Amino acid sequence: MIEARALSKTYPGKPPVQAVQDVTFTCRPGEIYGLLGANGAGKTTTLRMLATMLRPTGGSAMVGGHDSVAEPDQARACVGFLSTATALYSRLTAGETVRYFGRLHGLSEKIIRERSARLFDRLEMRAFEDRRCDKLSTGQKQRVSIARTLIHDPPVMIFDEPTTGLDVMTARSILAFVRECRGAGKAVIYSTHIMHEAEKLCDRVGVIHGGRLLAEGKPEDLRREGEDLEDAFVRIVGGEGGES
Amino acid sequence: MSPYALKPILAVFHKELRELLRDRRAIITTFVLPTMGLPLLLLIIGGVSAGIVGKAMSDTSEVALVGAGASPAVRAELGKLGRVTVVAPTPADWRERVAAKSVRAAVELPDDFDARLARGGEPVPVKIHYHEGDLRSKIAASALEGFFGELKERVVLARLAAAGQTPALLRPVDTRRVNVAPPEKVQGSRVGSIAPYLIILLCLTGAMYPAFDLTAGEKERGTMETLLSSPVSRRQIAVGKFLTVTAFSLGTALFSMASMTAWWLLGRGAMAAIFGPKASGLADLTISPASVGAVVVLLVPLAVFFSAGLLALGVFARSSREAQTYAAPLVFAAIIPAVIGLLPGMELNWKIALIPVLNVSMVSREVFGGEWPWPEIALTLGSISFFAALALWGTTQMFRKETVLFRA
Repeated sequence: MIEARALSKTYPGKPPVQAVQDVTFTCRPGEIYGLLGANGAGKTTTLRMLATMLRPTGGSAMVGGHDSVAEPDQARACVGFLSTATALYSRLTAGETVRYFGRLHGLSEKIIRERSARLFDRLEMRAFEDRRCDKLSTGQKQRVSIARTLIHDPPVMIFDEPTTGLDVMTARSILAFVRECRGAGKAVIYSTHIMHEAEKLCDRVGVIHGGRLLAEGKPEDLRREGEDLEDAFVRIVGGEGGES
Repeated sequence: MSPYALKPILAVFHKELRELLRDRRAIITTFVLPTMGLPLLLLIIGGVSAGIVGKAMSDTSEVALVGAGASPAVRAELGKLGRVTVVAPTPADWRERVAAKSVRAAVELPDDFDARLARGGEPVPVKIHYHEGDLRSKIAASALEGFFGELKERVVLARLAAAGQTPALLRPVDTRRVNVAPPEKVQGSRVGSIAPYLIILLCLTGAMYPAFDLTAGEKERGTMETLLSSPVSRRQIAVGKFLTVTAFSLGTALFSMASMTAWWLLGRGAMAAIFGPKASGLADLTISPASVGAVVVLLVPLAVFFSAGLLALGVFARSSREAQTYAAPLVFAAIIPAVIGLLPGMELNWKIALIPVLNVSMVSREVFGGEWPWPEIALTLGSISFFAALALWGTTQMFRKETVLFRA
């Protein structure tokens, strides 16, 4: 479960930059909540606050039952965070990477062994388990990243534009994995600016623009007659020139 | 979870160490170059320069004798000297030839040299023309100076004898230097005149690559965000990375010291054989294990100080290249006190013992030289530990600043 309550983030400067303002939404277990927005709309800042990498300057968030400001370490332990910016250690093997993150999550060596074995089988990673990450293909790297985010079996998954720059097949496998997470009862937040992806995947979406959540609901509820989600998005953010 | 719980810190430390040990650049810059490259470079430079000087000293140089028609004796005696050959006949453009290095030096005598020398009275002028920028010219000039020095000695003795006097007339006071320092202290001070600088430099360079790779490098590669998404606290991450960098810094300095000792042990026999008595000073060097132990103890807080400072710099920078730009003034700030500490005439006192790096440089020099100024050693240890703790605290604070961690 994720609850964002009037989340705000202002970066100091002259003048200060208000990246996110009063963003409020809820994502329940077994639900995929899409956060839609153009580049610079405030998606990544919002997700980084939920993952406790950034501290909000206003509002709060409950992540997996923990206050993200008062208990950031516990909140972060409930999250699996995956984005195109979360790269892998090139000089570690796939197996070492997954086990390393298991240790960082405080898991025992026995549990790490059991869970990584299950993940390697499920994600078909056995063939490249002992290969260094810099020798892996893009698709193989994505599978390692997925295993890395799942090793601690988090109840909350946050995906920040995970398919950006990926080929069709790799992107499809990521989407399948996101659906699996929903099926496993995890609360999933999925940020994207690819509208057809959100339309296919998300149970509910929130449109973020200029740091504000402008609209929220099921994709079919946001669309008007004859519109697809992209048209609805453009209308909500204020037309073609609405990019922030 | 306590912010300093050991398990996650050790997990970060082990992982960083493993990754760095697989990095060819890290291995080359922190281990191969200091342990193999530096001693080899010193040996090659030393060998080549000793060879050049040795050859120049043993070679015979051509010199010109100008205006010496009235002194065939000088020409004849110079010819017997062995280290110089007098060009005959004297070329008219002798001055240009010295400048062009085809003749190494020229002696200009007055035409009535012998007569004036026999007559006594005013000193007879002898000019030795040489090329200040030419080593062989300077060696030839020294040989000529020696020759005329001996000639002067002979003339003076003859004049004293003619006057019924003894040489003691010209030496009313006989001054001699007597060295009371034991040989090991003399040898130790030779080591102390260069070793602290090298050790401080190696400690710094050993920390530099890992510090930047684990911070700015992680930002560049996008792995910093991956790490920050784990529940390990920023302090734990900072401490884990700091331990890795300190291990590399200390490792580089200790490996280098061990390597230089091994090179010296292996090479001293060869040096003595090649360079003969000239190398005896190097071949006979002895360093007390206690001095080495004291320097190693001082190295620990110094490595902490450098590692924490470089980590703070690295995490602040957006990229490794930016970090290297910031590092240039820091390197100077570290090297200058290290060099100042080795300048002749610098004395260790309580004020200097409070200045980081300078204090380590000077205390190392003292202990290598067999001196143990305990109050200053204690002050140095306290001071460098204080600054190391301050740098470490600054680094952990830096890791908590999101404006720094997500600086793009």
